[in-house]
Amino acid sequence: MKFSIVVFPGSNCDRDCHHVLTRVMGQEADYVFHKERALPATDCVILPGGFSYGDYLRSGAIARFSPIMDDVVRFAGDGGLVLGICNGFQVMLEAGLLPGAMRPNRNGRFICSDVRLKVENNRTPLTRATQEHGLLTMPIAHADGNYYAPADVLDDIEKHGQVLFRYVDAKGRPRDSANPNGSLNNIAGVMNRAGNCFGMMPHPERASEAGLGSEDGKVLFESLIQGRG
Amino acid sequence: MSASKRELALAQGISEKEWDDIIEGVGREPSEAEVAVFAAMWNEHVSYKSSRLHLGKFPTEGPGVIVGPGENAGVIDVGNGWAACFKMESHNHPSYIEPFQGAATGVGGILRDIFTMGARPIAGLNSLRFGAPDHPRTKYLVNGVVSGIAYYGNCIGVPTVGGELHYDPTYDGNILVNVFTIGVQKADQIFYGSASVPGSVVIYIGSATGRDGIHGASMASHAFEQDADQKRPTVQVGDSFAEKVLLEACLELMDRGLILGIQDMGAAGLTCSTFEMAARGGTGMKVNLSKVPMRAAGMTAAEVLLSESQERMLLVTSPGSERAVLQLLEHWDLWGAIVGEVTDTGRMQMTFNGEEVVDLDVRFLTDSAPLYDRPSAPPGDLDERRTLPAISGDGKELWEDFLSLLDDPEFRSKRPIFQQYDHMVQVGTVVRPGEADAAVLRIPEDPPRGLAIVSDGNGPMTWLDPRIGGYNIVAESVLNLACVGAKAVGLTDCLNFGNPERPEVMWEFIEAVEGIAEACRAFDTPVTGGNVSFYNETDGASIRPTPVVGVVGVLDDVNRTARTGFVNEDDEVVLLGPTDAWLDGSLYLRCKTGEIRGQPVKAEINLHAALCGLLVKSIAEGLVISAHDVSEGGLLFAIAECIVSSPSLHGARLNLSWAAGDPSRLLFGEAPSRAIVTVNPQGLKRLEGMARALDVPFLRLGSVGGTDLRADPFLTVPVESLVARHNTPPPGM
Repeated sequence: MKFSIVVFPGSNCDRDCHHVLTRVMGQEADYVFHKERALPATDCVILPGGFSYGDYLRSGAIARFSPIMDDVVRFAGDGGLVLGICNGFQVMLEAGLLPGAMRPNRNGRFICSDVRLKVENNRTPLTRATQEHGLLTMPIAHADGNYYAPADVLDDIEKHGQVLFRYVDAKGRPRDSANPNGSLNNIAGVMNRAGNCFGMMPHPERASEAGLGSEDGKVLFESLIQGRG
Repeated sequence: MSASKRELALAQGISEKEWDDIIEGVGREPSEAEVAVFAAMWNEHVSYKSSRLHLGKFPTEGPGVIVGPGENAGVIDVGNGWAACFKMESHNHPSYIEPFQGAATGVGGILRDIFTMGARPIAGLNSLRFGAPDHPRTKYLVNGVVSGIAYYGNCIGVPTVGGELHYDPTYDGNILVNVFTIGVQKADQIFYGSASVPGSVVIYIGSATGRDGIHGASMASHAFEQDADQKRPTVQVGDSFAEKVLLEACLELMDRGLILGIQDMGAAGLTCSTFEMAARGGTGMKVNLSKVPMRAAGMTAAEVLLSESQERMLLVTSPGSERAVLQLLEHWDLWGAIVGEVTDTGRMQMTFNGEEVVDLDVRFLTDSAPLYDRPSAPPGDLDERRTLPAISGDGKELWEDFLSLLDDPEFRSKRPIFQQYDHMVQVGTVVRPGEADAAVLRIPEDPPRGLAIVSDGNGPMTWLDPRIGGYNIVAESVLNLACVGAKAVGLTDCLNFGNPERPEVMWEFIEAVEGIAEACRAFDTPVTGGNVSFYNETDGASIRPTPVVGVVGVLDDVNRTARTGFVNEDDEVVLLGPTDAWLDGSLYLRCKTGEIRGQPVKAEINLHAALCGLLVKSIAEGLVISAHDVSEGGLLFAIAECIVSSPSLHGARLNLSWAAGDPSRLLFGEAPSRAIVTVNPQGLKRLEGMARALDVPFLRLGSVGGTDLRADPFLTVPVESLVARHNTPPPGM
């Protein structure tokens, strides 16, 4: 399977994603610089984590105007798989590829820590290899991960199974004490209605090798690969 | 001779004697811009005029050393064609005045030192010292510094993986912010801050030059008085996004063979980079300062020369490569400007608005910089400091004493700080902050080999005996690395002291340097560079002498490492090293009497080296399961740390009746060369045999398990009580 990793100025998880996709998962992956106007032939676009444009103005707000984004939006519209991780999720929200918005963490600080996630929907290209309602451990590292959507939008995405992951406690309950950033309904990741665009704050690429503490992120990449071969 | 130039020079910190030397060396009255150049190059921070004489005592060579002191950072061969590039630097004065920007730009500066050499930075550490926990400014400073480090490191994508933090009223008016960065590069692709080829082209890249940070280096060369707040404009402002782009652009320029020499613009900005590059290359330069991209209107030549605007580099490329360089910079949306050329004249010739403003002999600036053999004398109260005071009580209130040790900020988890740092970006962090005595990182292109890094200082012990204090911080760092299974290979230092014009400060400095140097020879850790920070005093009161070292170690397999916390129920708990310990300078004494007194004990070289070797070998074998050095707080304190760091919060059942003769000294006293390790019951004999063979004292203390720390026959503390204390946020958080 061929992945394209978009590199914005300030992206800093692009190399991590490349490492995991190629060396751990054995797939093809290319970097695509943000000034390009067209994606190469690809099966899945990754918008990686980092601080695109220094997060100036608002996380992801400037990156969505990068030249490559027009083609990413076109690719998504054609049903192509797009996964935004952390800052990439923020860019997707700003670009309108996913519903909702991101606010600063409720404690006002950057948080780097392992979190526990519950898979809410395992009938998607990103989660098909996971257990339904299975628990995954992987790290978050962000200052703006406090997911928000207006009540009607929130109802809508809940109703249509668009919530992919929730922050939960050891028993799998979405308690407030398990919510690191204040996100509504403990949401850690969502998808679009069509089911081809995914955004998540946790970093699966940091949890794909046993030596780094968790391999739970690998199952998401396996899901993507299973689907497209 | 006009009085005004002389006054200008004196106002910028040049002494009368130095001014006379300048007049004689230049042969005429220098221009205003030249005065600025001398003030920048001859201040303490840049010229090391008070310390140079003594820094020569450090061992700087070894089979692994590729680049030693004098370059932007040191480089050590770590095998398989890879090299580690690392350095530590202080940003104390700016961080006290403006903690967020001061700390942020400290990180930015040390990162540039690393990627200037051609290495991609892979991790950072920081050593911080704040004033008393209840000092009114402490909370502001702690939060500002931590968020400044977090802002810069997180955005640029270099994980901050550890460090140390201590509080002491001696730092009330002068905090310490020492930052360390390590990078990895191919051992045969190293770049130098040198302009060695006449005719090559000098290019300025990065952010535009403004008035920020002017006289920053000279600020760092003077003590604070009541006016610290007024010095705020001399603090630089950081933009880590700009540096991230600069980092990628520089590494790409290097990769494409477009760089002959490169140096970052740090202290004293353009002045330092031009003069040092020409000096190292044995050349001269012609520079047109009007070509420098400027972001403020009406700047003078002196301002352009002294600006410490951040995220700027000076590079030299061969004629004909300029277009390729500028194109690549445009690709990254960076400023780039051709500002001059390298000459064979040995002179620095600079023009501004068509006028010559600088024409100086490069070597005169660098080689004739002042060098002082400043007088030194031990402090008058040294004997008093080294006398152990009487301790009240009958030695039977062990439980109360232990709890008061555990109530000290030293026992508190630094997690509220670490989790503000992205410590996992770059997917190389194997041992995370707070998990072990040192951080462990994969060498990105060479798994499963890894690097371990640690930074350490000990103000109280160094104040009591700077020579032994200096020696022991190196010894302890080497032991910290051994506790994760790594062998130390090189060292950088940050020497934080008071005003060197005071003989007792100079004495502390010399003693500490000689102690560090002796330890570096003893433990085969050559010094590859570092930094001296003098004038850490406010209103005449010096900080405690606080040398800090950053030490790098190598592991063959990052999967064979050890962490602090106990792992399995029923594992055996063993003390490696002597049982004997002393209250001198101990945390126990501080908690009990409020005093820092006594004579510290020096690590014994053979025992210490044997202990470190034993740890490295037994961890590599998979025999030792957890390891933690016994340092501040003593034996029981170290065991409490092993318990609260245990993922399953296992307690311990220990029989310590051997300590019955003098329990407070043996349980809470401190001594070098000791570690608490665990081993599974089947491995106990083998570890004992290995220890005996190396003459390392071996004592089985008990086993892992239960919900208490049981230290029979003295005391029992529930694990949950330890955890509650450990989870109390550090002061200021």
